[in-house]
Amino acid sequence: MYRHRAGDNELPDSAGHFGPYGGRFVAETLMSALDELTQVYQDALDDPTFVADFKTDLARYVGRPSPLYEAKRFAAKAGNARVFLKREDLNHTGAHKINNTIGQALLASRMGKRRIIAETGAGQHGVATATVAARLGAECTVYMGSTDIERQKPNVYRMKMLGAHVQAVDSGSKTLKDAMNEAMRDWVTNIDTTHYIIGSVAGPHPYPVMVRDFQAVIGEECREQCLEQIGQLPDILIACVGGGSNAMGLFYPFLHDSTVSMIGVEAGGEGMHTSRHAAPLNGGTPGVLHGANTYLMADEDGLILDTHSISAGLDYPGVGPEHAYLKDAGRVKYVTVTDEEALNAFRLLSECEGIVPALESAHALAQAVKTSESSDVEDVIVVNLSGRGDKDLETVARIDGVSL
Amino acid sequence: MSRLGATFDRLQRLDEKGLITFITAGDPNLSATVPALKKLADAGADVLELGVPFTDPEADGPAIQRSSERALLNRVTLRKTCEQVALFRQHDEVTPVVLMGYMNPILALGIDPFAQLAADSGVDGLIVVNLPPEEAAELNAALSPRGIDLILLVAPTTPIERIEALASSGSGFLYYVSIKGITGADHLDVTDVAQRVASIKKTTDLPVSVGFGIKTPEAAAAVAKVADAVVVGSALVDILGGENAFEESLKELHALTSALKRAIRAC
Repeated sequence: MYRHRAGDNELPDSAGHFGPYGGRFVAETLMSALDELTQVYQDALDDPTFVADFKTDLARYVGRPSPLYEAKRFAAKAGNARVFLKREDLNHTGAHKINNTIGQALLASRMGKRRIIAETGAGQHGVATATVAARLGAECTVYMGSTDIERQKPNVYRMKMLGAHVQAVDSGSKTLKDAMNEAMRDWVTNIDTTHYIIGSVAGPHPYPVMVRDFQAVIGEECREQCLEQIGQLPDILIACVGGGSNAMGLFYPFLHDSTVSMIGVEAGGEGMHTSRHAAPLNGGTPGVLHGANTYLMADEDGLILDTHSISAGLDYPGVGPEHAYLKDAGRVKYVTVTDEEALNAFRLLSECEGIVPALESAHALAQAVKTSESSDVEDVIVVNLSGRGDKDLETVARIDGVSL
Repeated sequence: MSRLGATFDRLQRLDEKGLITFITAGDPNLSATVPALKKLADAGADVLELGVPFTDPEADGPAIQRSSERALLNRVTLRKTCEQVALFRQHDEVTPVVLMGYMNPILALGIDPFAQLAADSGVDGLIVVNLPPEEAAELNAALSPRGIDLILLVAPTTPIERIEALASSGSGFLYYVSIKGITGADHLDVTDVAQRVASIKKTTDLPVSVGFGIKTPEAAAAVAKVADAVVVGSALVDILGGENAFEESLKELHALTSALKRAIRAC
């Protein structure tokens, strides 16, 4: 469990606001459940047993700490800087998502909730949720857009193997945002028995702060590993941003280190000159969706736009409210990487390091190449390798004209 | 006095309970909205709720989701919804119109420009499904001086202390959400609703209307025994979204609305 230090960002306020962003924009029926969750979470933070259980689960079940690995051949191809990978892909279930689901599963137990629901895009969060539900013996339903079910078949089958019910969502754009709408409808209907494990630093308070704190183990470990392995803090942190949980987890413990610069990478899809992208921080406007005020992809009438990314996990019109705050504050720079650039980085890392990254993480790798080109040889870049790419092989094979 | 205030006063004088009907603006097309509103008022609706279409209606069930999707195919926006209210006002100066929708279209228009547009169009009240009072101060400050009521929702999960706070910050009427769930759901428990409404009425002088999951005259009558008004939405929306020709839908709309009002009067 992340222990706050002097100098850390003190936000959000008690109502979940990060400056003008965040808050709680939900139906009245959910308010008491969010109050309960906030209270249970606060109590858990102060409970040594909870903190010890969380740490033990992360060590013995997830396999933490995840290594910090210097990708020398990738760095040599990329440019000038040294490039390190924070290997969240080596976690149990293959992505950073499990850090959060472990924490929220412990909270669900404390609340006596025996049913778990989740939304998922790439399926990583769905798998991580189905995994902790199996371990709790809890009933589990995962909502997933039917477009995403099609492009992430291996994860759909994994969830079923883990005993979860995968509910296809056919409304709207049939992707992550629609899965989240449907999960919220389920939650409001089954509020007494059910805990909703939101998978990102998005949604109403307390989710953004709670998920950040669970994911901050990434940055906390990374900070220690940098000092131990290279005797210095990194110069540049790079992470992909869909909802933004892996980025927030890596960045948060470094926010008060003024020498560390940070780059969040949004999905540029087919390019920012087109409407086919999923980059609200770069191409959107502030608004309210899924419980929070944050940057959104919406039209001038406030209707939410369909997004596009090759990566299902980044194909979302909103972003965590703390990222919106950090963008406006200028503390983190947010950029975009196209589908094509991400694919090139996907191939490059596979070929020169023997690591197949998730397409989400490949966006961060593509930015590392760009950043490294203009860096000095002494610069240290850390890329959050947030997940492994097995789930994406079918998508990439299809682009290559290969049928698996 | 506001149209909403006058309407609830009239109902109280007559010792009668109110019927609030919901349809979505622009469903099944934009030219249907004013005739449908007129038909509902003619058939006995006391307050007209008009849904503002939104891409992500996270608190709504399938019927209202589909109606929103139909309206969006016609590119019906918040601005066009207000235009329809203004057109309706050329025919009807009395029946209150309450807009119901989600926060983002309001933010996109701008809180103050929206409040002005709504006032100019003859809107009487606003229900924002995903705006609890904690986040509503700015909107309320824009609506209140213009005489538009921000109507707050009370849920089965709302604790009593919070109901007291909602009652003191809401205006127009309180909207009790009769089920834990989404609009149009199937598990209405009238006995439970009666108990909850009785305890809400102890905390407030505002009229209490009840909605979500009320589809038939029988259910409306049962709920009207304990509430000041009953809201019916999904059942009406399904008529407008059906296969019938529009004239036929209007007749059905009239028939169901009259039956609902008759049942409520007889209770």
